[in-house]
Amino acid sequence: MQSQPSLRRCRQAETPKASAYLFLIPPWMFWLVMALVLQQGVLAAERTDPALVPNMFAPESAPAHSISHLAGLVLAITGAIFVVVAGLLIYAVVRFRRRANDDGTEPAQIYGSGPVEAAWTTVPFLIVIVLTLTTARVIQEVQDARKPSAALDVQVIGHQWWWEFRYPKLGIVTANELHVPVSQGRDRLPTFLELRSADVVHSFWVPRLMGKIDLVPNKVNSMWIEPERPGLFLGQCGTYCGTQHALMLLRVYADTREDFDRWVKQQQQSPESNPTVAAGKLVFERTACINCHAVGSTVADGRFGPDLTHLMSRDTLGSGALNNSVEGLRAWIKSPNQLKPGVLMPAMNLSDADLDQLVAYLATLR
Amino acid sequence: MNGTMNTNELSGTMPLVPVASTDKAAFDYIHSWLVTVDHKKLGLMYIMYGLAFLVIAGLEATLIRIQLAVPNNHFLSPQVFNQLFTMHGTTMVFLVGMPIIFGFANYLVPLMIGARDLAFPRLNAFGFWLSAFGGLLLYYSFIGGEGMAGAGSAPDVGWFAYAPLTGKAFSKGHSTDYWTLAIMIGGFGSIATAVNIITTILCMRCRGMTLTKMPLLAWLNLIMCGMVLIAVSPLTAAQIMLLLDRFAGSHFFDTQAGGSATLWMHFFWIFGHPEVYILIIPAFAFASEIIPVFSRKAIFGYPVMVGATLAIAFVSLSVWAHHMFTVGMTSTGNTFFVVSTMMVGVPTGIKIFNWLGTMWGGKLRFATPMVFSIAFIFQFLIAGLTGIMLACAPWDWQLNDSYFLIAHFHYTLVGALVFMIFAAIYYWFPKATGHLLSERLGKWHFWLFLIGFHITFDTMHIPGILGMPRRIYTYEAGRGWGIWNLICTIGVVFQGIGILIFVLNILLSLRKGKPAGSDPWDAWTLEWTTSSPPPEYNFAEIPTVKSRRPLWDIKHPTDPDWKYE
Repeated sequence: MQSQPSLRRCRQAETPKASAYLFLIPPWMFWLVMALVLQQGVLAAERTDPALVPNMFAPESAPAHSISHLAGLVLAITGAIFVVVAGLLIYAVVRFRRRANDDGTEPAQIYGSGPVEAAWTTVPFLIVIVLTLTTARVIQEVQDARKPSAALDVQVIGHQWWWEFRYPKLGIVTANELHVPVSQGRDRLPTFLELRSADVVHSFWVPRLMGKIDLVPNKVNSMWIEPERPGLFLGQCGTYCGTQHALMLLRVYADTREDFDRWVKQQQQSPESNPTVAAGKLVFERTACINCHAVGSTVADGRFGPDLTHLMSRDTLGSGALNNSVEGLRAWIKSPNQLKPGVLMPAMNLSDADLDQLVAYLATLR
Repeated sequence: MNGTMNTNELSGTMPLVPVASTDKAAFDYIHSWLVTVDHKKLGLMYIMYGLAFLVIAGLEATLIRIQLAVPNNHFLSPQVFNQLFTMHGTTMVFLVGMPIIFGFANYLVPLMIGARDLAFPRLNAFGFWLSAFGGLLLYYSFIGGEGMAGAGSAPDVGWFAYAPLTGKAFSKGHSTDYWTLAIMIGGFGSIATAVNIITTILCMRCRGMTLTKMPLLAWLNLIMCGMVLIAVSPLTAAQIMLLLDRFAGSHFFDTQAGGSATLWMHFFWIFGHPEVYILIIPAFAFASEIIPVFSRKAIFGYPVMVGATLAIAFVSLSVWAHHMFTVGMTSTGNTFFVVSTMMVGVPTGIKIFNWLGTMWGGKLRFATPMVFSIAFIFQFLIAGLTGIMLACAPWDWQLNDSYFLIAHFHYTLVGALVFMIFAAIYYWFPKATGHLLSERLGKWHFWLFLIGFHITFDTMHIPGILGMPRRIYTYEAGRGWGIWNLICTIGVVFQGIGILIFVLNILLSLRKGKPAGSDPWDAWTLEWTTSSPPPEYNFAEIPTVKSRRPLWDIKHPTDPDWKYE
């Protein structure tokens, strides 16, 4: 090939002079970016409680443990494959680059090799068999687990954009914050969740307890969790479900047995009528509130929105949009759309007096 | 014969067209593009159309990244954010990926098999204009549609538009109608083009080019188009059912009347999974042409490469429900799709090894097309390995619809497909325009885009591991996601500058680029025998070939390929 040396020469003439383009990345830009990253990093580290990071590699429940073990094995195998193949690639790039003193001849033409092809077909095939069998075992272990007779049953119903939790055997209905008992030692007490949807597809995902399973309309799914230590586990809806998919947050409280029993007892009480807030109750019952919300032993029995019987026993409002407090509640009722744009709860345009009375009444629902 | 040969010696440049007829006013020039049935002009129009939408989708992604850079950001409202990710996804798959791969197939297949045009030139123009109309219709929704609950205008249901979110009850107004009609019309265009390319490859190869002597690019496009016929049909069927639901009161996906949400998922993913192979097989095709030329060696294991692609195509038709591990299938169903999905890894691995085998013992020239191809192998390797992770159903229960998944498929679609599209543009631009792209700007484009890509998408795996779901417009501080998202966003700056340099390179090189000659890369396939740009009729005389590398045979008359094949 006579033409090759000339080709190379013209390419070398074009070798980029890096300095000519450094104006693209001025030093101040670099330092600005570094400062920004550092500052955000420090801020984030200050604000972050590791126990509240929904890290799938910090499992606290039996099925999440099985998954992270499987993940560890798969990471090890794929990591080894990566090191070998990327190593070969880098070696080839360095070793077989055309040298400066190249004579312009073509290298030996090799069209293929049966034994080599057979080898790099067989080895991946064997790896795939190992991975498949291991995966199949974990699927079976998690999905086909036998349900202990003591297990707690909870129905989870997904709504746009909040969670309804019903404990059929305990007669409890609540929203967005799931309370389950911890399962310790030989005294196992897993919680089996029955997943349904009232509207579109949602997905129940609390990474430290279990992977996500979808809530599909006209279909009943199930999953189980078994937290081993008390604590709060965060999660959220895992499948896009409309405008406020982002603020469909999940909180799972794993309580000690005593705490859980106390919580159950408190949730089973019907609210006592408090004459000092009768005016607020009247506002509640005469406004459209009751079309969507229920409060035990009153006329309010709507099911489009969260059950408010024990509203003040919950830590958040609007499925995690804001913390639950009297002021928060007032702001929420006044203009829910400002705190959670797109939310289906309308602003009722109550007068300030009515609003105060209503909030006073709701604040008694403990 | 060699790369510096005078183009006039080539039979393809005989001035068969009278000079006067090429002397056109601007209007005539535009008119000639609008009414053309020439596969090269249509191919270029497909590619330009795709690149224009690539820039638009990139701007949408930039807005998404700005919104997610810090926690509790209020830069975008949830409604606008949802429209942006829906339009970004739909645009990238249907208005960038598909047009560009069809553009290259259109431009290259006839030239590489020694034909004068596609089998059905008018059908080809029809397919292009249908696709173009589909894209314009989708974007018209920004002006003319009405979104969920009357808010906004563009579609906001996600690019796979799960039922029943697309039903009248949850998606009022017409935004979803724009989406479904645009996809359906584009789908008709895709089917027309696929039929055309299959017919061309099967019926119009030049003398001597048996199926086993076709360039790999032709083989891979043949397989890709076969998959288009199989995969796009169920998608079109699903769009028709959705339209019937929305306008004629049927209840296929209307769950409130007993319809099925999972039915849509099956219909969509039996299209959607072959679709990712439809997009990536042309990237394999580019790599299988570019890597040999810049390694100065024949492709390693040609028959195995064809077989592996056929295996990928076949197996990929039975893996769709790995998108649905979280939907609540039985353990047996989950296990079946784990097995089939993992199986795809074997032929895919074979391909990577064969590219390595091609480079092994070669003399690598690191021109811009080659550096993009090497980066492609590296990134596709990682994408394949994270794909294995996602194929483990239990781990997928965690990873599905998390940012880990987003990182994975951007690794395949950007790290592999977009990188190979850039490689292909740098490689074939001289053929189409007669000018080489600047190597210096090309290297700047490569390095900036590579660095930006890795800053963004390597980092993006981490928030996924930490439990961040996709498609959330904002997130709380204190989840440990903020810093990773900020780094992801910083990577966008580098990618953006890279793209700007690329656009600049095209504009400058079109006017001042070095003349390419007919064969600037010293390559071996038939498109390099004709002039750059090729005449309308491609070849004045239809060539005859004896091997897979006809130009090698001509350049090395004493050591031709056909002795060994």
